[in-house]
Amino acid sequence: MSENCAARLTVNGSPEDFLGDPRRSLLDFLRLDLKLTGTKKGCDHGQCGACTVLVNGQRINSCLSLAVMHDGDEITTIEGLGPASALSELQRAFVTHDGFQCGYCTPGQICSAKAMLDELAAGWPSAVTKDLTSGPIPSDEELSERMSGNLCRCGAYPNIIDAIRAVMQAEEPA
Amino acid sequence: MRAFDYARATEAAEAVGSDARLLAGGTNLLDLMKLEVETPARVLDINRTGLDRIEADGEGLRIGALVSNSACAADARVRADWPLLAQAILAGASPQLRNKATMAGNLCQRTRCQYFMRTDTRCNKREPGSGCDALEGVNRNHAILGASEACIATYPGDMAVALAALDAWVEIDSPSGRRSVALREFHRLPNGIAHRDNVLEPGEIITAITLPAPVRGRQIYRKVRERSSYAFALVSVALVLRMDAGRIAAAQLAFGGLAHKPWTDSRVAEALLGQKPSPALFDKAADLLLSGAQGQGENDFKIPLARRTLAAVLHDATKE
Ligand SMILES: Cc1cc2nc3c(=O)[nH]c(=O)nc-3n(C[C@H](O)[C@H](O)[C@H](O)COP(=O)(O)OP(=O)(O)OC[C@H]3O[C@@H](n4cnc5c(N)ncnc54)[C@H](O)[C@@H]3O)c2cc1C
Ligand code: SF4
Ligand code: FES
Ligand code: FES
Repeated sequence: MSENCAARLTVNGSPEDFLGDPRRSLLDFLRLDLKLTGTKKGCDHGQCGACTVLVNGQRINSCLSLAVMHDGDEITTIEGLGPASALSELQRAFVTHDGFQCGYCTPGQICSAKAMLDELAAGWPSAVTKDLTSGPIPSDEELSERMSGNLCRCGAYPNIIDAIRAVMQAEEPA
Repeated sequence: MRAFDYARATEAAEAVGSDARLLAGGTNLLDLMKLEVETPARVLDINRTGLDRIEADGEGLRIGALVSNSACAADARVRADWPLLAQAILAGASPQLRNKATMAGNLCQRTRCQYFMRTDTRCNKREPGSGCDALEGVNRNHAILGASEACIATYPGDMAVALAALDAWVEIDSPSGRRSVALREFHRLPNGIAHRDNVLEPGEIITAITLPAPVRGRQIYRKVRERSSYAFALVSVALVLRMDAGRIAAAQLAFGGLAHKPWTDSRVAEALLGQKPSPALFDKAADLLLSGAQGQGENDFKIPLARRTLAAVLHDATKE
């Protein structure tokens, strides 16, 4: 039972082979095997969003996924969005707007926000979108609902929304 | 998590007749495997079986079993013609979970009864014959309709409630061929047997969910919960309603959070048909819906909550 299983993933642009017990979650593979400890483990049960990473550009909870399920997938973690020496816009905006206190939820918040902006640009609706056919208007209510899969125990929510909004405004065509 | 053998399927046929547990998005199965509530010896990953397309089906729609919840809710056809389905999906879980969650996995998600989700309690659903600790315990989330001494759990999902109101069908491949089950008949009431959530047999795989031609009228999914997002329903109402000359000309309804399955009761729609909307009429509909309702103590509040939620939804759907 639990014979070694294999998968080849691309993590932050580099090919990485997984070979091991299929019970390995994607989260533990990133943190324990690849030493990419930016991604955090909060609840380990899909309830907090601390473990959010991008898989083929889409945000998921890496705690509720097995590494072996991701053969051929491209994974992006907070380390892939920008190293400390070259922060991405979202990362800089979180610093500028105090989008965190303890920082534990932050890598998940930023990965989530990155994909959230792409979902918004693609016109995906949310539970608070008034008109499902014409697409979303990015109100604060929309942004909060769309970020509701990421809990912040320090309650930095208002500043997280400010940081995201700053990036949206910077990206708006003049 | 208990050890298991893992295999990847490249076509649905590999799942037919297999004794392995099917792994789709994994957001429910892996959660329960971590808790050792689910302990499959073999797991078959069906994510690469190509069942991830949404196709026109006559005037209806055929949604592949592996279509993600996000993709279904974002589909232009679903948003335009079956908005109830998009609303119900978007009312559930979180964006991250919906990206991973699939149509079939969502249908087959298991109850959130807290005694089911741990292994040191008595639970007929997890361990047939052991008893039911929810009867005398924490049962705030439990059923008020169709419960049995064997199990008072609720089916927790949102999407299936909308699918019940929309008269969807579940397409299943089994060793003896393909069969289709009405969504309303897919989940079952415990009736003394708690461990079976639905009519799926071992060795079967859901291949698609099919929607009949769109129904005209207002479509509303209303979910009442403890916080405004990322929480399961206490009570939910799915409604499609059409008015004609000031009277209710058509109504399709289903209810979540009340029972072991998305609850439907044809008497409720019948009472509304041909009538002018009024608070008294909405009350009569609620009387019919809740005539057999039975609280378990902590969840007694669900009876008036279901009444008020139904009235509010009917009010919104019938106002000018
Ligand atoms: C924190 C949290 C909050 C949530 N909140 C909500 C909520 O508010 N509303 C809501 O509705 N849901 C909610 N969910 C549940 C979520 O919607 C489900 O976990 C998800 O839909 C399951 O889909 P999946 O593809 O990940 O299923 P999996 O976990 O892969 O599978 C679930 C079950 O379905 C079976 N299965 C999967 N595919 C098939 C198939 N093709 N044929 C036969 N059997 C199959 C599996 O064997 C397994 O038994 C929540 C979940 C979490 C963790
Ligand atoms: S209500 Fe059902 S699921 Fe909950 S403990 Fe009782 S038997 Fe188990
Ligand atoms: S650690 Fe994955 S959601 Fe909390
Ligand atoms: S900053 Fe501390 S949990 Fe969010």
